[in-house]
Amino acid sequence: MESNIKMHTENLDFFYGNFQALYTVSIEFAQNRVTALIGPSGCGKSTYLRCLNRMNDLISGIKVKGQVILDTEDIYDPSLDVVTLRRRVGMVFQKPNPFPKSIFENVAYGLKVNGVKDTAKITEIVEKSLKQAAIWDEVKDRLNESALGLSGGQQQRLCIARALAVGPEVLLMDEPASALDPIATQKIEELIGELSSKLTIIIVTHNMQQAARVSDKTAFFYMGKLIEINDTDTLFTKPGLKQTEDYITGRFG
Amino acid sequence: MIKKRLFTQKIWFSILKMAVLINGAALAVILYFILSRGWRAISWEFLTQAPRDSMTAGGILPCIVGTVCLCLVTIFVALPIGVASAIYLNEYATQEKLVRVIRLGINNLAGVPSIVFGLFGLAFFCIVLKMGVSVAAGGLTLGIMTLPVIIGASEEALKSVPNTYREASLAMGATKWQTIRKVVLPVAFPGIITGSILGISRAAGETAPIMYTGAVFFTPDLPTSIFDEVMALPYHIYVLATAGTHIEATRHLQYGTALVLIALVLGMNLFAIILRSKMRKKLRI
Repeated sequence: MESNIKMHTENLDFFYGNFQALYTVSIEFAQNRVTALIGPSGCGKSTYLRCLNRMNDLISGIKVKGQVILDTEDIYDPSLDVVTLRRRVGMVFQKPNPFPKSIFENVAYGLKVNGVKDTAKITEIVEKSLKQAAIWDEVKDRLNESALGLSGGQQQRLCIARALAVGPEVLLMDEPASALDPIATQKIEELIGELSSKLTIIIVTHNMQQAARVSDKTAFFYMGKLIEINDTDTLFTKPGLKQTEDYITGRFG
Repeated sequence: MIKKRLFTQKIWFSILKMAVLINGAALAVILYFILSRGWRAISWEFLTQAPRDSMTAGGILPCIVGTVCLCLVTIFVALPIGVASAIYLNEYATQEKLVRVIRLGINNLAGVPSIVFGLFGLAFFCIVLKMGVSVAAGGLTLGIMTLPVIIGASEEALKSVPNTYREASLAMGATKWQTIRKVVLPVAFPGIITGSILGISRAAGETAPIMYTGAVFFTPDLPTSIFDEVMALPYHIYVLATAGTHIEATRHLQYGTALVLIALVLGMNLFAIILRSKMRKKLRI
């Protein structure tokens, strides 16, 4: 089944000062599919991910060339509002980073900053988001306790709930399980599967088994270039290039 | 030669420990010295009346009120400007060269001797701005002197807020200002407040900046507006100990005043510490 393209990049170049971190990367992300970005450290996969919601804007001296299209809009168009973009393209980070606020406030935060004032509506969305992130049962009796009292895995699912609360269409995940134990990792992976029915997910991971388990498509990055992208099953069983094969079989990287 | 290495370690640890002990001992000796000589002067009358009989009797109420007023003006001047500058420098400013120059300026401001602040205050606030010798002029002078301390403390507090909080907030579609206001400041607040109170308590004990700008030798009246001149604790000690006609007769009053000043300053510091631990507990960090 072919699905619509939710987001794509065209010949994306990225520079930190004079250092070019990405070379003409073009990828299409199908709607409600999971795409995994793999490759050795420093290959540019995280930089690429952060181009998709313009988080790289926070760094001074960067330069972007090429296009990043969400639906039909170029997100680097000067007339585009970056705040709205980030509400549509959410992000979950490598280390769980809940705010030192209550569990409830963490999830309600995104709604409040985006202007939702109706308390009943906020309460409803908080509950829905926590359920979507499969953490509701664990926290429903302690919503007013500090989020920092949760375990690492719970914190990460809370961060996913927090990202979901503002209703993103695309969810970027930057090694979301790399700081977690195997059981917490498994829960996050199951969650990714469930979320992909409603969201377009792009996940950076160092863990190739994880990429194989959770993604529909996998893109292999090396030295700032997209080397190969294919259906995950095909890429891992019949890689088209020697370089990809070497990496996924653990011969380098 | 494990024995020798352990021995070296022992020696160095002892030296470090000594350094800490000297700190503690200095404070203890000062406190003991002031307490033992000053406690007899402390009475209800001493705290609630104005000096009389050429300042050889009576109390120090005008000095206490004067110092508190000066501190309040200092807080109103230095806290908002200092915190705002720190937020700008740490969160907004992007031109590294400009920021470096501004920081250099702030650091140099911190190094200016307090008497120079006093002379500047006299020339600028009292004369040019026609404030005269007043709480306003004295408080402004102390405020400028305290600014670098507050900026430094606030910047440290802002730097200690993990960047991951900022990223998480921005990634949810918050603006930079919302991120600062709702995530960064609440986390940095305990550090900002503690650092600021420590800076202000330091200012409370300063003599040189206020001796030309806010404090006077003697006035039995309490201030009714910020353009009144006041007596102040540190300046009163200086006056009694050096400029009075009955220096020996007022010795116990000097120590009594010093004791009140130290109690005020340590009280503020204690308040800062309690406030910080309370707020930290609330944030659970």
